[in-house]
Formats: sequence, C-alpha cells, structure tokens
Amino acid sequence: MVNNVIEVRGLRKEFGNTVAVHDLNFDVRQGEILGLLGANGAGKTTTLYMLLGLTSQTRGSINIFGSTIEKNRIGILRRMNFASAYQFLPYNLKVIENLHVFAEIYEVKDSKKKMQHLLELFEVAHLGDKITGSLSSGEQTRLNLCKALLNDPQLLLLDEPTASLDPDQADKVRKVLLDLHRQQGMTIVNTSHNMLDVEELCDRILFMQHGRIVADGHTDEIKQKYKSESLEEVFITIARSSPILEKVS
Amino acid sequence: MIMNWRVVRALILKYAYVCSRNTFRTMDVFFWPVMDLLVWGFLTVYMMRVNHGVPSLVTFLIAAIILWNVFYRAQQVVAVSFLDDLWSRNLINIFVAPIRTREYVGAAFIMGLVQSTIVVVLLGLLAVAFYKFNLLQLGLCFAALFGNLLLMGWAMGMLATGFILRWGPPAEALAWAVPILVQPISAVFYPVSVLPAWLQPVALCTPSAHVFEGMRQMLETGRIDPSHIWCAFLLNIVLMIACGAVFNWFLAGARRRGFLAKYAT
Repeated sequence: MVNNVIEVRGLRKEFGNTVAVHDLNFDVRQGEILGLLGANGAGKTTTLYMLLGLTSQTRGSINIFGSTIEKNRIGILRRMNFASAYQFLPYNLKVIENLHVFAEIYEVKDSKKKMQHLLELFEVAHLGDKITGSLSSGEQTRLNLCKALLNDPQLLLLDEPTASLDPDQADKVRKVLLDLHRQQGMTIVNTSHNMLDVEELCDRILFMQHGRIVADGHTDEIKQKYKSESLEEVFITIARSSPILEKVS
Repeated sequence: MIMNWRVVRALILKYAYVCSRNTFRTMDVFFWPVMDLLVWGFLTVYMMRVNHGVPSLVTFLIAAIILWNVFYRAQQVVAVSFLDDLWSRNLINIFVAPIRTREYVGAAFIMGLVQSTIVVVLLGLLAVAFYKFNLLQLGLCFAALFGNLLLMGWAMGMLATGFILRWGPPAEALAWAVPILVQPISAVFYPVSVLPAWLQPVALCTPSAHVFEGMRQMLETGRIDPSHIWCAFLLNIVLMIACGAVFNWFLAGARRRGFLAKYAT
C-alpha cells in the first residue's frame, strides 16, 4: 500500500480577483523527493506556504500525515520543517543561540550534540560563536538548513535551498540532503529554479504554470513529453507557452 | 496541552538574547523611563516652589509616572517582540514552527511582566533618592494597581500587534501610538473630573482611569475604594477577551490574505 505523506485535493487560492493556485490535486509519497517547478508567479511558493499552514487555502484540502493543519497544526508541524534561501534567523543572535532557541521549540533531545553534528555537516561549525547577521548569505543559507534539520523532520519543505550558494557548496548541500534522505527516509518538497538541483535531487517533478499543474512525472518522462534535451529547455518551453489566466468572477 | 513551557521558555530566551545583544534596547528599560521620571519629577518640584501648590501633587505625579511605565512597558514588549521577528525576517520560521498562538503571546506577556518589574524597581529606587517618595506607601494595593496595568498593557499590546498583522510594516508606528492614544483618557496625571463631562464616561471605561483614580485616593487618604480595583479588573477581563479576539481575527485574516508570507520576505 502506498503511504502518502501529503494529499492535496482541489486546492485553490485566490487573492482578491486573482487565482494564484487553481484546484491542485497531487500526492507526495513517503520518502519521495518532489520538485515543484515553475516560472515566477506560477504558484509554487503559495502552494508551499499553504502546505506549511502559513497561508490558508480558499478551497480544497491538504492532508499531511493523515490529518489537516486546521485539526492538528502542532502535531504536523512537529514532524516537519522548512528552509528557504530568503528567510533568516534573528541577525543579532549568535549562530549557536539561534539553533538553541529552535532546538528548544522543536523539543530536540540531546540538542547540543545535534546542533554540533549539523553545523559540522554543513561545514559551518567554526561559525558557532559568530553573530548571525555577520554571516555571508551562503553561510546563512546553510545555517537555515541546520535549523530545518534539527528535529529530524519526516517532511522537509525547501524553498530554493541552494539559491545563494556557489556551485561547490550547492553540490555539497545536495549530497547532504540526499544522504539524509537515504538514511532517514525523509520526504522532501523542493521548489527551485536551479535545474541541476532538481535533476540531482528529485524523484518526481510537478511543473506549475499560472497556478496549475501542467506536467507531473519523473525528469526523463517530462523531458520526453516536451521532446527536450534538458529540464531547462522544458522550463523555458512551459514558461513561454500561452498563459491560461483565470479571474474570479 | 494548554501551554508547552519549553516552547514558551525558548521564545523568552530568544527575546532575552535579542535584548542583550542590542545596547539600544536596554534604553527601553533603563533610559526612557528614568528620563521621564527625572524631567517630570524635577518640573513638578519646581512648580511646587513657584506656586506653593499642594504637596501631594509631587507624589501623585511621581507615582503616576512609575505606574504608567508598567502599562507602557507591558504593551511595548508584546508589540515589539512581534516586530523583532518581522524586522529580522524570522516571521516564517516562527509561524511554521510548532508554536501555539497562546505560547507566542504568553511568552511576550512574561517578558512584559519582567520588564515592567525591572522598571518599577529602578524608578522606585530613584524616586526615593531624588524625591523622597516611597512607592511602598501605596501598600498592598500597589500590587493590585500594578497587576491591572499589566493586564491592560498586555491587552493593548495584542491589539497593536493585531493592527500590524492587518496593515503590515506601515502600521509599525501603532506599536508606540496605541498607549499614547489612551493616555489622555487614562487620567494618569490629572483626575477624571478634569476631563470634559462627555469624555468622563469614556475615561471610566478604561481600566487605567480606575487605577490612577485609586492611586490618587490612596496617596491622599491612605485608603482606596475597592471598587476602583474591581472595576479596573473587570474592564481588563473584557479588554483582554476583546483584544485577544481582534488579534486572532487579524491573524486568521493574515493567513487568508497571505500577509504572513508577504511581510516576511
């Protein structure tokens, strides 16, 4: 029996007269790495925020671990985590203090050991006593990933996790995430504009355009469908295809 | 589970770290309240000399400044702790973490209590040193006055935060404006009877007006009409429920409109 971690049915989000997400239906299986792709404004970040309970849907349902965020917000959030290249931890706290605060919030056992392990894993252990605001954007991104992995999440949501990393660091981060995924069977939903990220990390891709899913499948299947050599070509083809805009009447 | 105290403690710790790292933030506790007390206190002493006024006027004013700071600090901490997360773009990390709204607000309440207590102790000592005014002459009723102002500060802090959730960063100024807005009808430095007749019933709908009326009565006569304390307390209960409902309403609205994500990026 397939065990779905996420089940999305008829998910719709309207902001005033604009439909940002148009009646999405998709599942994410346990242990799957799903890439959510699309041009700017395709609705992927809105979808991600709805999965996180940060933005409420206009219609439809999101089931995570068999429950909805409305019914079991704390229970669900305890088992998941989030990192984004565009979110920061309080800039005037030391790196170790920030992690300590979130380790307490997520009730991490043996938190000192866990923090140290993650800092070493992302090669930022030497920055423990530094003020977070003094870190480079790449270091802050890796710190965000440390925060996101503190509670050994069963579901990890990532918003462009390697956006501010150089190719070397991005490669290392992808390898760490893949290792953790293999070791812990972690389910990952990853939005990215970096096609290399997606090809290396994701088992399956959802392409979004104007709030709709326009392609769903494995990287090779999608490349075949669009008769393209690379995912980047697919991306450009989809992004430049005619938009189907819907306004709320 | 009503509250997870480990989460509350973590949020308090975060606030303590933020304050300890920022010298200017300590001014909220050690600079502004002290300057208030010194400037207004010395001005009153001077006016007393010039006009040969009522001696109790000094004590009224000093006690009023100290107690007003209880309300002001409690309100500020609740609103500013939210603004801290907004300013540091940490809002999403907080709102996607397993933190109940009551834990988030509860932590801010506790920090407000701590800051208000520090301010009262500090100003109380300075009042003895500079004006020979002992706050303890308010006796046990001081605790009731303090408690009521704390409750009102918490409630107004939730209201200000609710406004910021609804209108976003442009509404930040409300964190500082809300207490100033209620100050004229709170009868802090003058009795309710000084206000125009039509404004007096409005003033008596604020818990703070009852607190400051009670304070003046206590300093003048050595006793306090318990109805001042009870009225303030009951009004505070109503205010807490109303402001809590407004905060929750605006929070749900912020989720619906996608404001939490928008403000954080």
